[in-house]
Amino acid sequence: MNESVATPSSPEVNDLLQTAQQYRQRLQGDLHEQMVEAIYSEAERIVARAVSTPATPARPTFDRTLDRIVTSRVWGFPIMFGLFAVMFWITISGANVPSGLLAEWLVERGHPWLRELALAWGWPEWFRGLTIDGMYLATAWVVSVMLPPMAIFFPMFTLLEDFGYLPRVAFNLDALFRKAGAHGKQAMSLMMGFGCNAAGVVSTRIIDSPRERLIAILTNNFSLCNGRWPTQFLMAALFIGALVPAPWSSLIAAGAVIGVAVLGVLLTFAVSWALSRTVLKGQPSAFSLELPPYRPPRLWQTLYTSLLDRTLFVLWRAVVFALPAGALIWLSANVHVAGDSVAAHLVRGLDPVAFWLGLNGVILLAYVLAIPANEIVIPTVLMLTVLVTGTPEAGAGAGVMFEVEDSNLLKQLLLQGGWTTLTAINLMLFSLLHNPCSTTLYTIYKETGSLRWTAWAALLPLALGFTVCFLVARLWHWLT
Amino acid sequence: MSAPSQASPSNAVAMGEACQSCAVFRAARLRKLGVRMGQADFVVALAGNPNTGKSTVFNALTGLRQHTGNWPGKTVTRAEGAFEYNGRRYKLVDLPGTYSLLSTSPDEQVARDFLLFAQPDVTVIVTDATRLERNLNLVLQVLEVTDRAVVCVNLMDEAERHGLQVDTRQLARDLGVPVVGTAARRGRGLPELLQAIEDVATGRVRCLPHRLPEPPPPLREAVRVLVDKLERIYPGLPNARWVAMRLLAGDESILNAIRTGTIAELAAARFSGQASPQTATS
Repeated sequence: MNESVATPSSPEVNDLLQTAQQYRQRLQGDLHEQMVEAIYSEAERIVARAVSTPATPARPTFDRTLDRIVTSRVWGFPIMFGLFAVMFWITISGANVPSGLLAEWLVERGHPWLRELALAWGWPEWFRGLTIDGMYLATAWVVSVMLPPMAIFFPMFTLLEDFGYLPRVAFNLDALFRKAGAHGKQAMSLMMGFGCNAAGVVSTRIIDSPRERLIAILTNNFSLCNGRWPTQFLMAALFIGALVPAPWSSLIAAGAVIGVAVLGVLLTFAVSWALSRTVLKGQPSAFSLELPPYRPPRLWQTLYTSLLDRTLFVLWRAVVFALPAGALIWLSANVHVAGDSVAAHLVRGLDPVAFWLGLNGVILLAYVLAIPANEIVIPTVLMLTVLVTGTPEAGAGAGVMFEVEDSNLLKQLLLQGGWTTLTAINLMLFSLLHNPCSTTLYTIYKETGSLRWTAWAALLPLALGFTVCFLVARLWHWLT
Repeated sequence: MSAPSQASPSNAVAMGEACQSCAVFRAARLRKLGVRMGQADFVVALAGNPNTGKSTVFNALTGLRQHTGNWPGKTVTRAEGAFEYNGRRYKLVDLPGTYSLLSTSPDEQVARDFLLFAQPDVTVIVTDATRLERNLNLVLQVLEVTDRAVVCVNLMDEAERHGLQVDTRQLARDLGVPVVGTAARRGRGLPELLQAIEDVATGRVRCLPHRLPEPPPPLREAVRVLVDKLERIYPGLPNARWVAMRLLAGDESILNAIRTGTIAELAAARFSGQASPQTATS
């Protein structure tokens, strides 16, 4: 291959480009248009000879009628809302039993069994603690809490997608997203984020424009992922439901959680709007959406592929991060410096800042230690509370995370740790608004290839979380 | 038009017992290799509009379980797989869905560059039977740049549901390439598709693809001059005529490719598994 001739600045290449330009100017009419026209008329001619259509309209009535209902101005949003509420309800109630079973096998039975085994093998105490109480336990918690809801939510979501409904949702939400300067396809990643934020970030690949993709990635954290639901429900049930008399409490608690989720969606729009006015300025790109015909979803194939693509993929990443986190958690509680454990020191150090935010040192430390997965926040909180308040009857030892079945006992424990209703409310808000878990951050880094934007993704929600908690704490103290 | 109508796989009509005893149907002949490639005898490109079931066809032939969603534009990375049929190994490249070779979105450039410069042995263009007129836009463009193609009219089951009737034999006559009707979701038509791919790849069937009518004289002159220059500067450049037409149309991506020298690289890099078809001329 003659390299010298092919270099861009060589005279032959310039001559080529110039000749082309001259001809272009000389030829009348737009060549591109002519070619396209020729192609289209040929296509029409050929199809007319080969395809025969029936007298009735092309799309059967089912598709059209369904579309008219589903994208209508009156019914569109309520249907969307209702459908997702049903999906969440199925996920939550469906996941309860498997989660409980997994927790029983892996944690309640598995953990003591492994401890026995380690004792029998003569492992030194600290090694036992580090590997079994720390690493194994954290991973076991993540798996038992994370796996069942994801195994239910993702297949349902995928079935809905297969059916063809999701593009209609994008169609409905597109107007709102455009006003916020973002892309209609962000509706997809927003919904995925309710299952898992890491999967939500990956799903932003369907957005072509890099600017709009970044907006979708940065705001995905405001979709309340599966891992945070237990925290929300627990706080709502224990503290907010307790504010009202018995028959209403579970309804109010559910309402509080829905409120937080809706707040997340509103914030997605608000932050997208802010980002597209400041750091990620630009015009919304054109979005032409082809509404595919409704197709009966293929149940077994969908279950199989969604299991591989989404559930297991995310789970694997989560486990990879849970192992070191478990080690750290155990270490922080069992490494003693200057007479007390590292954890206790940190809690005391963080307390003043935390009170200012309407939270407490235990919560902040738990969030730092639980960066790998939101699921282990509550067990870590309980472990730290026990450690700090020195309640020996509860828990299974220093540095060992646990959960409590009896909600009364749980509440007592927390109250002893100095928790109030404000703490619960702010925990719910902070849980919505804090930085994404490490799995998501890692995924963001892989998708954007940029440390800078990953830092943004971590710090933006965190800053928002601190601000909101602070304001709520001020408001609360002013009102009470 | 030679061979296609006689050997045309679209002659085979209804499925049934006869198929079980037919050599074409025997599954043993199709070995799905997933991504185990090694040396392939032929490279087959899978092109088509978004949401036509391309990835379903891909999965059916290679045994890979790439997730296919009912969402246009789902294939965001290019997938490669392989299969063995009748003792020959085929490498199958699933290109991102594109509406036209003339536009400039990155997805469509990946597809276009691969078809133009990597010169696959067979190009299978997957179309949606219920949207044939729009899909033919891409088919006709692809037929301008290659003469070894197979048109797969997929979603025939959807067409039946809508009451449409597609005469694949008539299409084959008009387009000059084998046309196979399939319903990939249900596994219908795939043996015929495989046979058509083999026919075209081995040269047993020679296509005389439909070409757009000759342009008017002044345009012809311009094209001839530019093609001359192109062939002198980039000897061996495939589809020089197409490149010339794009230059005349002022296609930014082609102009850029020439200015930056990318076009020389693309001309030299034959797809042997090393050259990445993901290089977009932009």
